[in-house]
Amino acid sequence: MTELTCLKAFNDGLRQMMDADDDIFVVGEDVGRKGGVFGSFTGLIDEFGERRMVDTPISEQAIVGLGIGAAVSGLRPVVDLMFMDFVLVAMDQLANQAAKLKYMFGGSARLPVTITTNGGAGLSAAAQHSQSLEAMLCHVPGLKVVMPSTPYDMKGLLVSCLRDDNPTVLVKNKRMFGVKGEVPSELYEVPIGEARIARQGADVTVVAYSRMASESLAAADELAAEGIDCEVIDLRSVQPIDIDTVVESARRTNRIVVVHEAVRFAGLGAEIAAQVSEHAFDYLDAPVARVAAPFAPVPFSPALEACYVPDASRIAAQIRATLDRGQRPSG
Amino acid sequence: MTAPSHEVLRDIHRRMVRIRLFEEAAGRIFEAGRMPGFIHLYVGQEAVAAGVCAALRDDDQVSSTHRGHGHLVAKGGDLSRMMAELMGKATGYCGGKGGSMHVCDLDLNMLGANGIVGGGVPIAVGAGFANKYRANGAVSVAFFGDGATNIGAFHEAANMAAALELPVLFVCENNEYAEFTPRDQTMAIDDVVERAAAYGMPGTKVDGMDAVAVFEATAAAADRARQGGGPSFVECKTYRYYNHHGVQTLGMKYRSDDEVKEWRDRDPVPRHEDLMVSVGAMTPDRIAAVRDEIAAEVEAAIEFAEQSPMPDPADLLADVYSGPADQRQPLPPA
Ligand SMILES: Cc1ncc(C[n+]2csc(CCOP(=O)(O)OP(=O)(O)O)c2C)c(N)n1
Ligand SMILES: [Mg+2]
Repeated sequence: MTELTCLKAFNDGLRQMMDADDDIFVVGEDVGRKGGVFGSFTGLIDEFGERRMVDTPISEQAIVGLGIGAAVSGLRPVVDLMFMDFVLVAMDQLANQAAKLKYMFGGSARLPVTITTNGGAGLSAAAQHSQSLEAMLCHVPGLKVVMPSTPYDMKGLLVSCLRDDNPTVLVKNKRMFGVKGEVPSELYEVPIGEARIARQGADVTVVAYSRMASESLAAADELAAEGIDCEVIDLRSVQPIDIDTVVESARRTNRIVVVHEAVRFAGLGAEIAAQVSEHAFDYLDAPVARVAAPFAPVPFSPALEACYVPDASRIAAQIRATLDRGQRPSG
Repeated sequence: MTAPSHEVLRDIHRRMVRIRLFEEAAGRIFEAGRMPGFIHLYVGQEAVAAGVCAALRDDDQVSSTHRGHGHLVAKGGDLSRMMAELMGKATGYCGGKGGSMHVCDLDLNMLGANGIVGGGVPIAVGAGFANKYRANGAVSVAFFGDGATNIGAFHEAANMAAALELPVLFVCENNEYAEFTPRDQTMAIDDVVERAAAYGMPGTKVDGMDAVAVFEATAAAADRARQGGGPSFVECKTYRYYNHHGVQTLGMKYRSDDEVKEWRDRDPVPRHEDLMVSVGAMTPDRIAAVRDEIAAEVEAAIEFAEQSPMPDPADLLADVYSGPADQRQPLPPA
């Protein structure tokens, strides 16, 4: 075990996987010489050269398409899209092609392609460089989507994605690169579709993922001082979601608050609320509550963005409201 | 072609100096940590925006890029509202909602900077369609970088404009880099303008450090478009002085000092000033006076921006839609 940042955990995991398997290569804008705009791929070009660290033109459709074509031809591409917002530029290749080829071909194709990208707001990067678009991806049968919140999960989920024979999308949160944690030096998998109980508690279950898992833990710490005992579930994967862990927890705590950075309407929270009501309705003492971004594009000004992105204090406020049944949940 | 009049030369100059001084100031403020987000500075490329926009009518539209400040200034943008926007203030062009990458002034027919590479190119084609539809004689300009010509949106838009014979100018600002990647690693042609031939539109390559050359090429292309001759492509060879974003190049060095110096030695602003003096369009004293006047305008813009309030959080949900937003709330608890 060593203490690594999320960024380094990603970089290390990828280096080890590439070392072990020549079929893995990375393709994207400025991934080679520059090492990625956020430094995710730093140094890999020195080790693996231009053959395996492929800098491309600004051509997101063709970049993802290249990954798909190489994957059906037996390679295991890592396709990097600088910002999650650019997923939209490549959406046909992702949603109409990568996600569906295997099914349309009667099962005969294998698509071991991993898309890596950087999502999330909070850097005043405005509406086209700050989005959390996971719900759109989760809606497409055929894709798997993971959104780790710790260095340990970053490496473990990356390894699982690279070993998976389906198209996977790994979303890093731009504000989490510096977050540190213990990471084993050997290769290991964090199974896709397995949540983690990040904190055990009896009073209420907070379901979150990516950076909102950390914010939820901070909220739980704040509430512990008030005698409120929160359970925090870090989903880690958003497609598939580990609904069993969520339902089991809901049956114990009888209250659920779902937190995400994406807009509330038709977000993951809606799916989780629906499934919890399907599987744990009789156990609930309060409606499933959601803490999420409002229904607007991400604003540029820090003054507006601070009200837009959920944080520990807003999560804590919702948890208090959910515990106090007399009060209507808001937000 | 007749040489541009002295008045045109002075007009081009004013546009260039407004861009230069605004951008230098924005860069200083950004580097001092007093500006949120990230900015892509236009310094070095002034001759393109100024030369193009001086050849346009006020009702001609331009669509822009992530490196869009220069296009708005060249269209006559208000420096105070721009600076306020860059600082995220309520008085900015977008009320603080857009920032550097989304500055716009629809009253000036500047259809917005754009955070998505290539995203503005089809929009200019749409503006060109509207102009042809209304037969108003206006043209539209798509500004885009060399890197943007590698994205599908550019190719679809170029083909569409040519097929529909729309009055659109495709102005490529070829500064030889897309972020940190040199152009010759991302396309197998020597000149971006070669792409025009694939769509059956005329293309010219001009020295993008020479505002007069840019002006003349634009005037010719605009004339052609106004007379129903369809779209054209103008490649302007230029250079950005600063980093892809911000001022300083941190981390990987991707351009040699010699290369940067070589381009800076061909600075479009003093070059244009020398030309004006030599043809008697302006005296050195008058040039200095114009620079002082614009420097004062920039200072006032900074002052305005700094004094302006931040947006009111109550406005967070305003302007997601035109007209009243649907504020439907569920029924209160029974
Ligand atoms: C669709 C999309 N892909 C990638 C980016 C990230 N990006 C922003 S600017 C840029 C380089 C653009 O190069 P060019 O078009 O030559 O313009 P320049 O920056 O040189 O002015 C890239 C890759 C983006 N904003 N949009
Ligand atoms: Mg460029």
